[in-house]
Amino acid sequence: MCNCDECEQWMQPYMDRVLTDAERAEAESHLNECSYCRKRYRFEEHLRQFVRQAVVEPMPIALKQKLADLRTPLL
Amino acid sequence: MSETTREPDARQLATDARDRVRFEEEALALSDQVYRVARHLVGSREEAEDLMQETYARAFRSWRSFTPGTNLRAWLLRILTNLNIDRGRRLQRTPDQQPLEEGDYFLYNRLEESADGPSDEDRVVQRLSQNDVVSALSEVPHDFRDVLVLVDIGDFTYADAAQILDIPVGTVMSRLHRGRRILKKAMAESAIGSES
Repeated sequence: MCNCDECEQWMQPYMDRVLTDAERAEAESHLNECSYCRKRYRFEEHLRQFVRQAVVEPMPIALKQKLADLRTPLL
Repeated sequence: MSETTREPDARQLATDARDRVRFEEEALALSDQVYRVARHLVGSREEAEDLMQETYARAFRSWRSFTPGTNLRAWLLRILTNLNIDRGRRLQRTPDQQPLEEGDYFLYNRLEESADGPSDEDRVVQRLSQNDVVSALSEVPHDFRDVLVLVDIGDFTYADAAQILDIPVGTVMSRLHRGRRILKKAMAESAIGSES
């Protein structure tokens, strides 16, 4: 089983699903046993979601129209 | 010109026009998603709008170079990132000048330390505001931010991001790794700094 330092190193690749099966199993085994890392894992999951939502800025409608106007005119 | 040669030309023109219209419609349908990424590759909304218009103008001009059935969103973003680089933004600070960032648990630890009492991990993230995230993202150096925005905000795979930015997948992974840590450090500074 990995330790907390290794778990910290593996956290992002684990969330990105790019660890090997063996590494993934080790990380999961550590997360099951260690509440310190489990707390941080849950936080990381919430953080990714929060970051994604926080930066959303809808496209201005006027820009949408300008892009549509760039289309090649039909003959 | 005889009727026999003119007829296939007319058919070809009609097919071309139909394909072009279909391409333009598909590209426009993706514009919200392209803007979502574009907005955070540059510093201001005005720059993002200019970049979007340049991108779509170029895409519509060179629509024939798109291979139908491949990833149109990635193709558009490839044009957009190239145009953005052409704008000379590389004059800004280089990644090597960045101080070493903290570890992956840094942000959680800082937020937890700064809380008055013990906190539920589900609530720790609520200590960050939308502004903390937006301002922190704008502080991430461009090379790291490009990858971060494409993967974490644009939902592109490592392979797509590598293709869009014309860099190896290994470079995508290392920039993403450092970019996320730089972002967390900036968010911690923004969130904790604003509390004092």
